Amino acid sequence: MTARINPAFWFVAPALSVIAVFFVVPVAASVLLSLTDFDVYAVASRTNLRFVGADNYLRLVHEPLFWVAFRNTLYFVLVAGPLSVGVSLAVAVLLSARLVRFQSVFRTIFFLPVVATLVAIAVVWRYIYHPRFGLLNYGLSLVGVGPIDWLGDPRWAMPAIILMAVWKNFGFNMVIFVAGLQSIPDRLYEAASIDGAHSWAQFRSITLPMLAPTFVFVALITMIGYFQLFAEPYVMTQGGPAHSTLSIVLLMYQEGFRWWNMGYAAAVAFVLFAVILALTLVTMRLRRRGPVAAGVVPR
Amino acid sequence: MTSAHHLTATLRAALLLMVVGVGCRARSEAPVAIEFWAMGSEGERVQRLLAEFERQTPGVRVHVQQIPWSAAHEKLLTAYVGDAMPDLFQVGNTWIPEFVALNAVEPLDERMAHSFVLQKEDYFPGILDTNVIGGALYGVPWYVDTRVLFYRTDLLQEAGIRLPPATWDAWLDAMLRIKAGGGRDAYAILLPMTEWQPPVILALQRGARLLRDDDQYGNFRSPEFRGAFQFYLDLFHHDLAPRDADAQVANLYQDFANGYFAFYITGPWNIGEFQQRLPAAMTGKWATAPMPAPDATHSGISTAGGASLALCRGSRHRDAAWQVIEFLSTPARQSEFYRLTGDLPSRKTAWMQQDLMHDRYAQAFWQQLQHVQATPKIPEWERIADKITQYAEAAIRGRMDTDAALTALDADVDQVLEKRRWLLRRGADAERARP
Amino acid sequence: MKRAIRTALVYAVLGGAAAVTLLPLLWMVSASLMPTGEATALPPRLLPSAITFEHYRALFTRLSLARYAANSALLATAVTLISLLLNSMAGYAFAKLRFRGRDRLFQVLLAALVIPGQVAMLPLFLMLKEMGAINTYWGVIIPGMASVFGIFLMRQYALSIPDSLLDAARIDGAGELRIYWSLVLPACTPILVTLAIFTFMGTWNDFLWPLIVLTDDRLYTLPVAVANLAGEHVQDIELMMAGAVLTVLPVVVLFMALQRYYIAGIMSGSLKE
Repeated sequence: MTARINPAFWFVAPALSVIAVFFVVPVAASVLLSLTDFDVYAVASRTNLRFVGADNYLRLVHEPLFWVAFRNTLYFVLVAGPLSVGVSLAVAVLLSARLVRFQSVFRTIFFLPVVATLVAIAVVWRYIYHPRFGLLNYGLSLVGVGPIDWLGDPRWAMPAIILMAVWKNFGFNMVIFVAGLQSIPDRLYEAASIDGAHSWAQFRSITLPMLAPTFVFVALITMIGYFQLFAEPYVMTQGGPAHSTLSIVLLMYQEGFRWWNMGYAAAVAFVLFAVILALTLVTMRLRRRGPVAAGVVPR
Repeated sequence: MTSAHHLTATLRAALLLMVVGVGCRARSEAPVAIEFWAMGSEGERVQRLLAEFERQTPGVRVHVQQIPWSAAHEKLLTAYVGDAMPDLFQVGNTWIPEFVALNAVEPLDERMAHSFVLQKEDYFPGILDTNVIGGALYGVPWYVDTRVLFYRTDLLQEAGIRLPPATWDAWLDAMLRIKAGGGRDAYAILLPMTEWQPPVILALQRGARLLRDDDQYGNFRSPEFRGAFQFYLDLFHHDLAPRDADAQVANLYQDFANGYFAFYITGPWNIGEFQQRLPAAMTGKWATAPMPAPDATHSGISTAGGASLALCRGSRHRDAAWQVIEFLSTPARQSEFYRLTGDLPSRKTAWMQQDLMHDRYAQAFWQQLQHVQATPKIPEWERIADKITQYAEAAIRGRMDTDAALTALDADVDQVLEKRRWLLRRGADAERARP
Repeated sequence: MKRAIRTALVYAVLGGAAAVTLLPLLWMVSASLMPTGEATALPPRLLPSAITFEHYRALFTRLSLARYAANSALLATAVTLISLLLNSMAGYAFAKLRFRGRDRLFQVLLAALVIPGQVAMLPLFLMLKEMGAINTYWGVIIPGMASVFGIFLMRQYALSIPDSLLDAARIDGAGELRIYWSLVLPACTPILVTLAIFTFMGTWNDFLWPLIVLTDDRLYTLPVAVANLAGEHVQDIELMMAGAVLTVLPVVVLFMALQRYYIAGIMSGSLKE
């Protein structure tokens, strides 16, 4: 009597096979690729391929351009991340204030940049940042600030990209925060008011702790997303000027698809993955030791 | 019953006719579709020429795909790896060594020799040479590109100079005078930091060999290169050239008209662009001149640039694609293409047909094309050129001093060439191993 | 009194933020309607002096943008439909069907969310090349046919389907496939709509992968075409803006029509974390 195949198998098999074949296998292959010196010559003939072990990784460590990309990406994550999360939280708090009507109108407006195609937005902002014809410098000139060469000055190019990224993404996190805020029971606030606490104290001792899990979640997904910065520098600056906007993924793309140093590019991609994984694990650990464990919030 | 029989018979006859008809049609028509990748504005304009080709050759249809220069290199390589290469493509002649190493292009000596349309002697020797790798010809020069000086004649006259500079000293003098007269917001020369041609041209003029030992190592610390490099950097350090970013190219023509800079080292496509995009007030106020030489005993060399037409080795329609190349390479078509794009023809006959050597703006190019030199013909050249601009920019922005930049450049280039050295060694070992 | 001031302040800040949010988008539309050259006028203009549709006309006639839009629509639709099917089946199974190692497997899948997609890109490209899928629609569709995120969302929602409903159907003799098709799918309509919107918008906006896989310009999607345009026509700002508007318009319209579902989807995905 042959055992019947669990019908569940047929339900998960298609999706899982797609994921296994077109994601897991390439990721594993990426590891192997990073141990070779696959390049243009190897594309011509397989015999030109050499197994080089950890050479790509060693080269990566000594390559100044990699560290520039790493630093830039870190700069982006550490500035745009908190900025984006902070702005979304602030807007979410304001939006959730009971005295505000037209909530859904505002919410729609703030969410529009999120759905707009990144490439199109990058093109628009490229012109907004134009030192002579751009709206931004014009606006600044009205308040007496001299023209800034946003995309041409190595000092200002990354801030320009940060500004655009925050503008584009804050709506997404805002929605999540709004949901989190709405789930905080009113009675907590009422009780605090009766006790005489004013709004800032209420914010600090009720809102923030209750929002902590949401906050960690938002911070995590924002960080993971921002580490993968690519389209903005690709469309707006091509990694320039003077490599000030070169991100890790952009470096991977240039090495992999422009110069076809695929072995090296795979090593770069893998290092990125390792960094993201490490930070994710750290964050998860922090969360577990978070407010619940501290006893601030009842389980 | 009889009607059914009739019907079947008629149907069968019709079917037979159809099959025969289709078969015949298939044998005689069978239009061949050629994929042709062309870059930039050439991609846009060549489609007009090809309409005539399709009329002349009814069995061949050409689909032109236009690709921006900034993405061309990666798209071609990606297409090669993905087995999605076009049958025919325009290729910058400095990229040809790379495609030869990939075995992606077809050698054309035989076709050239048997062609009624193409004559080797009619091409500028320096230009044709860039297409010859290992003794075989891999591309047919389509149009030529070399860099010369474009300058504002009126600004030069205001500074008291009547003739365009012929030596570096005269050139530097002119630039200093123009800068002095221009004020704080004006510069003397525009040198986009993403362009490798200006520093390399200066180096070649000084007689620098960019790579040594059969192109296996960088040679950028040689006194010739260092001298030329320093001259280039000093133009920025003395505020003669702005440190603008490439993203600001949009206003190049407006800036030239406004006197933001007076000199610009660029190629023939800008003859047409300048005429089109400069305001009417600028007519007659600009001109072209060959590159100044380091001193009066040399002639100013420039790069042997341009684009060629290459055949993909794996293409199934090589003969038809070759027909397209022949069509575009007749002097008449080259002249017509020149009129459409301003790209200078690669064939001297076409120059003579249009009397271009006496053309007001093109004559500088005619003179320059007699003195052009190729950059190292190796696949890694593009990478190396990119590194030159990278370190030049670092030195210009003061992040490294000249010697540090050149040392780092040499180290980087040595690293880039490591695989080449390995392959050459392996080839030499194989040679030695043979009895 | 204090309350009124507070209210006014909050509205002012929100209004200001809304203005800042909308300004680039509105300028994009405005510039696309300006006559050539006006967008680079000094001082910069906010409104066109005369509304003209010439750039949109140029995009459709000279630059065949309609084809790119059609490509984007085709790909987004195909990926959405296929992935809806695959993800919903798997998500339902992970939620309601019992099989060995189910929860473990799901945890492993979640872990995969951390891996950035770019790591897989290079070998995936080589793999698809062997399959002959490079430079075809399949090259874009295949990797998108299933996603961990989709399975996750589906499972979250399917967990709330009462077991009694499913058991009753089983007792009545209905097969699993029948149960899925006639009971589960209708019950999950809200999350399916959400997932459809997510996937459609994600595929429409996708840039890097179509950039690499599609070499033939006849297959370009809108974002790739716009990036191409941006590289080519640096001088024609109004044209670029028109291209940007056309790219953004469909997803914005889709969002505004179905935002309830979209926002609900984000919230359900985040809260149950």
